[in-house]
Amino acid sequence: MSEPSVADTRRLNSKPQDLTDAYGPPSNFLEIDVYDPQTVGVGRNRYTTYEVRMRTNLPIFKLKDSCVRRRYRDFEWLKNELERDSKIVVPSLPGKALKRQLPFRGDDGLFEDSFIEERRLGLEQFINRIAGHPLAQNERCLHMFLQEESIDRNYIPGKVRH
Amino acid sequence: MSFFGFGQSADIDIVLNDAETRKKAEHKSEDGRKDKYFLFYDGETVSGKVNVTLKYPGKRLEHNGIKIEFIGQIELYYDRGNHHEFVSLVKDLARPGELTQSQTFDFEFTHVEKPYESYTGQNVKLRYFLRATIGRRLNDISKEMDIVVHTLSTYPELNSSIKMEVGIEDCLHIEFEYNKSKYHLKDVIVGKIYFLLVRIKIKHMEIDIIKRETTGTGPNVYHENDTIAKYEIMDGAPVRGESIPIRLFLAGYEMTPTMRDVNKKFSVRYYLNLVLIDEEERRYFKQQEITLWRKGDIVRKSMSHQAAIASQRFEGSSYPEKPQTQSNAEDDG
Repeated sequence: MSEPSVADTRRLNSKPQDLTDAYGPPSNFLEIDVYDPQTVGVGRNRYTTYEVRMRTNLPIFKLKDSCVRRRYRDFEWLKNELERDSKIVVPSLPGKALKRQLPFRGDDGLFEDSFIEERRLGLEQFINRIAGHPLAQNERCLHMFLQEESIDRNYIPGKVRH
Repeated sequence: MSFFGFGQSADIDIVLNDAETRKKAEHKSEDGRKDKYFLFYDGETVSGKVNVTLKYPGKRLEHNGIKIEFIGQIELYYDRGNHHEFVSLVKDLARPGELTQSQTFDFEFTHVEKPYESYTGQNVKLRYFLRATIGRRLNDISKEMDIVVHTLSTYPELNSSIKMEVGIEDCLHIEFEYNKSKYHLKDVIVGKIYFLLVRIKIKHMEIDIIKRETTGTGPNVYHENDTIAKYEIMDGAPVRGESIPIRLFLAGYEMTPTMRDVNKKFSVRYYLNLVLIDEEERRYFKQQEITLWRKGDIVRKSMSHQAAIASQRFEGSSYPEKPQTQSNAEDDG
């Protein structure tokens, strides 16, 4: 009756991996690009829109390749919807830049190239971060934002059924 | 009278009979310092001598009695005034009278029950000590000597592995397995994580050991969590069908055996926390309790006879059969 003096540290048995799983495309592909800023409107009613293109193989998204145009205000709407309806800590958006809307500025204000680029980057980081959140993926507002041509602010909030 | 002039006083010294042969164990004090104390097990006899040395030879020391106590007590830090004594033994060494010269008294506490392990934690302390006291009218003279007690166990008869499938529906499914549910303090946790579904972008995975000290009862229960270890087991993005091995050596960490509801005052429990972190720093975790126990050392001839008997009470049960031939070739697949 001898006690094992050295512990048995051999690996536990595991199933061998299927080669199509090992070398196939990963199941977590999700990429969203925010690009091509365009100024819309005239005078004091101008605003900037961005192209939001999503490519994914996640089953929860109806379209595996979608492209929509969105403005800053639409991103704010999405953030508010998610904060109200879910327990998710929603990442922050790039700033509102109210100062840039005041008159008598030396530069182009909201339409300054460097500002638009800074905002574009911030929006891209925001949408990628939130779209990858398992709980956010259940919210109808996220799907509408990413995959429907326009946002219906009178929509019925709720969860997406898989 | 010791208020004015030179009243007689004395120094007390407690010396164990087996001080030369008895092993010492390291124990952390409340302020974090590590000291060594004599190590005892349940059932061992505590015997020794109390040396009373008079400060001013020639003068008498009047006293109300000399005694020695063996005490095991629990002290809750938020309630320092109340010590909960679960072992309290006393031996009278001298009846009230006077000492005219320094004197030595023998004592023996035979086969003392020491049901719990010594523990110094964040909010509670369990300690054993000898206390010799010379009773006097105005102020007693006393001396304490702490000892450390370890509780030993044998290989448990039943030690099932922990195997579970967990996840977030349609996002992440894993099956984790740990080879045992009860580990001794120098054991190795051998396990694996098998990925069934990965629809999130995992950056890395780690396994943490968490110690939870619980004090208080009823509505006043307080948990103190402490992460003892963080051990990264995977760096990079796994896909379906991948199996990540775990091999975590416990001897490198400072841990105690699991203590459940000690004297109904406190508990110390340990948990394995499997944590997956995705590219956006979101954390997905699964906590699982494990039981830790203390294995007795191999009995050596130099150990005192009494300690040898104590160890034999705990060793000597049947061990799980292990194959004698172990293949050294490991599949690194």
